Amino acid sequence: MAVATPPTQAGRPQGPPSAPPRKGFQLNRWQRVALPIGGFVVAILVAAGIWGSEMEFPADVGGPIADWVNDTIRTITRNFSFIFDTIADVVLRFLLWLEAIFLWIPWPVMVGGIGYVAWRMVSWRMALFSMLALVAVGFAGLWPSAMETTALIVVAVVISIAVAIPLGILAARSNTVDAILRPFLDGMQTMPSFVYLVPAIMLFGIGNVPAIFATVIYAVPPAIRLTSLGIRQVTPQVVEAAQSFGTTRRQLLLKVQLPMAIPSIMAGVNQTTMMALAMVVVGALVGAGGLGEDVLRALQRFQPGEALLGGLAIVVLAIIVDRVTQAWAKERQEALRTDAH
Amino acid sequence: MNGQSEPLRMSVRNLWKVYGPAAGLDVAERLAGKSKAEVQDELKSVVALRDASFDVSSGETFVVMGLSGSGKSTLVRCLIQLIEPTMGQIFVDGEDVLAYTEEERIEFRRHKTGMVFQYFGLLPHRTVLDNAAWGLEVQGLPESERRARAMEVLEMVGLSGWENYRPSSLSGGMQQRVGLARALASDPEILLLDEPFSALDPLIRRDMQNELLVLQERMRKTIIFITHDLAEAIRVGNRIAIMRDGAIVQIGTPEQIMSNPADEYVADFTRDVRRATVITVGYLMEHPTTRVREDDSPDDAVRAMEAAGADAVFICTGEGRYVGEVTLEEAKQSLRRGDGAIRAPVDRRFAPIQRQQSIEEALANAWDHHGRLPVVDESGLLVGEVERDALIQAAFEAESTEAASV
Ligand SMILES: Nc1ncnc2c1ncn2[C@@H]1O[C@H](COP(=O)(O)OP(=O)(O)OP(=O)(O)O)[C@@H](O)[C@H]1O
Ligand SMILES: [Mg+2]
Repeated sequence: MAVATPPTQAGRPQGPPSAPPRKGFQLNRWQRVALPIGGFVVAILVAAGIWGSEMEFPADVGGPIADWVNDTIRTITRNFSFIFDTIADVVLRFLLWLEAIFLWIPWPVMVGGIGYVAWRMVSWRMALFSMLALVAVGFAGLWPSAMETTALIVVAVVISIAVAIPLGILAARSNTVDAILRPFLDGMQTMPSFVYLVPAIMLFGIGNVPAIFATVIYAVPPAIRLTSLGIRQVTPQVVEAAQSFGTTRRQLLLKVQLPMAIPSIMAGVNQTTMMALAMVVVGALVGAGGLGEDVLRALQRFQPGEALLGGLAIVVLAIIVDRVTQAWAKERQEALRTDAH
Repeated sequence: MNGQSEPLRMSVRNLWKVYGPAAGLDVAERLAGKSKAEVQDELKSVVALRDASFDVSSGETFVVMGLSGSGKSTLVRCLIQLIEPTMGQIFVDGEDVLAYTEEERIEFRRHKTGMVFQYFGLLPHRTVLDNAAWGLEVQGLPESERRARAMEVLEMVGLSGWENYRPSSLSGGMQQRVGLARALASDPEILLLDEPFSALDPLIRRDMQNELLVLQERMRKTIIFITHDLAEAIRVGNRIAIMRDGAIVQIGTPEQIMSNPADEYVADFTRDVRRATVITVGYLMEHPTTRVREDDSPDDAVRAMEAAGADAVFICTGEGRYVGEVTLEEAKQSLRRGDGAIRAPVDRRFAPIQRQQSIEEALANAWDHHGRLPVVDESGLLVGEVERDALIQAAFEAESTEAASV
């Protein structure tokens, strides 16, 4: 006979019994969507029949809303300028420091270095292309601008990653956070960037900093999305197995979910970088330097040749960054490949 | 209960798991009379576990078997609360594990249990060594210590030399050894194995089963082993619980299940298993008629055989360990030579049959031997003998009763 006394038969204390599931009239998914829309359309038709097409909106709330936003941003600028000044100062220092380093490195060393990375990460063809293209940028007299733009992009991407990874983690762990974040991310990506250039200038003044701010707003959504996606995509079997050995939530995140999400996060960084490059000229509108400024100046002076050269230089940077980061993401992906089963 | 003398390790009482809107109800009362299909239709809920109760003794291998979807995985996951049961109780070493706080639960998983998964669940970004050391790492053991221990368990499962590879460069069988090493690393008292060998092909599966048996011989862990294959259940299990639609329909030893299936569902399983692989030699053997000790004289041997009317006799050590066999003829020759003690001629030292071997396994070794075969217990003591022809006969009888019952 077994030694220990078997526990009693009683079950665990139960919560109050919930209401029995509703029966009877229920809508399926299509009906749930189609019925309200149909009702709405009928209502509009009826209203149009009664009042005709001269019907006016009963009130104009656009003005007050715009006023409210204006006031708010002005208030923020007035009362919290010290915060934004500090941020602007830190960002600017970082930027200038990077720029100084890039310009201090002799161009043959820089070209060779980038060529080497392209060779190791992608292929010798890519290395050859990168070096020739960069040398061409130099011969076009755009080397300093290209370095300044590179520094701008690096700063914007670093800030984006610093924002995206924590937000991506939160969004992956909580459906609520995900649901709240989603419309904001959609909005940030589709909102014309000129809209937030104005508040950017109000908060940070004219120059590189508001450009970086606007770039981050435009470019950060894919990094957040793909961080969250990468974490959510970690196979449940692996998570469960890891947990069965008594991981804390923190250990699970740092040792399992984040490392396994890296290829996805890298894809996000790649997209963020490409989008940041797309903002180079827009950034110049609020006073950013670099290739964007060159293109903008050419535009204002009706010099299509100069504009084309500046544009091509941006394309060169974009291609190099894209291919290298993609190859890196792919390499990480390979390293994570589980055996097919 | 099962009349075993080992202390009780785990005790599960009236465990329910219901998915869907009915989960909040007092499931035991509301769903008791309803079948799984009825609950699914009427309440849009799935009964994954229905009122499961069982006890597992320390050192026992308890097998849970059933068809796909019968709730085996749900059951084993509930035991370490990877799934929260809807209702019921689980006691491990007398402690109510469902009442654990988050911290206690983490401690419990770190030290008491180790789990192996059907689809391995290895961390693809880590080496085999780091995978094996995973449990120790989350416990916060220093690196050198956990590496040393991980090396030890990897050697135990036969993976020395593979430490620095990634799981993806290993075959399925090898990956599952890593899974086993990972579960063994923290030396847990309880192993939970959820269809550990189902993803492997039959030959490798057989090897892994054998290795598990050898390891278990040494470790004496409490094992909960999930499978959907009765042959596997019979090979590895001390007792088997058979599940159907979330409920346990029969619990018993392999021989009880085979000879006395509780219902048609269980009987269906047993038809797929050849009895010759289940019935053990211990069931057929007789007690040895004559035996002599190795320091007895040839004269003693001859007299013993003549007294028993036998033409051969087993030779044992003083403690009763099997040494060999000598025939009457050989004993007489030895007597003429004037030997001091009887010795077994070299060609008469058979590898003895183990009492717990199945008829089929025993026959595999005994095929070219005529006459009586020695049977020993786990520690090598001679406990009986069996005629080879009796083995063959039993094997054929088993086959023909199977044929008759189909
Ligand atoms: N998250 C879930 N939601 C709803 N039903 C579930 C869920 N998980 C499992 N089930 C149901 O519970 C039942 C038992 O599943 P379980 O995975 O325990 O079966 P199993 O015996 O392990 O099967 P297999 O041999 O295929 O692994 C099944 O009917 C399944 O559909
Ligand atoms: Mg299962």
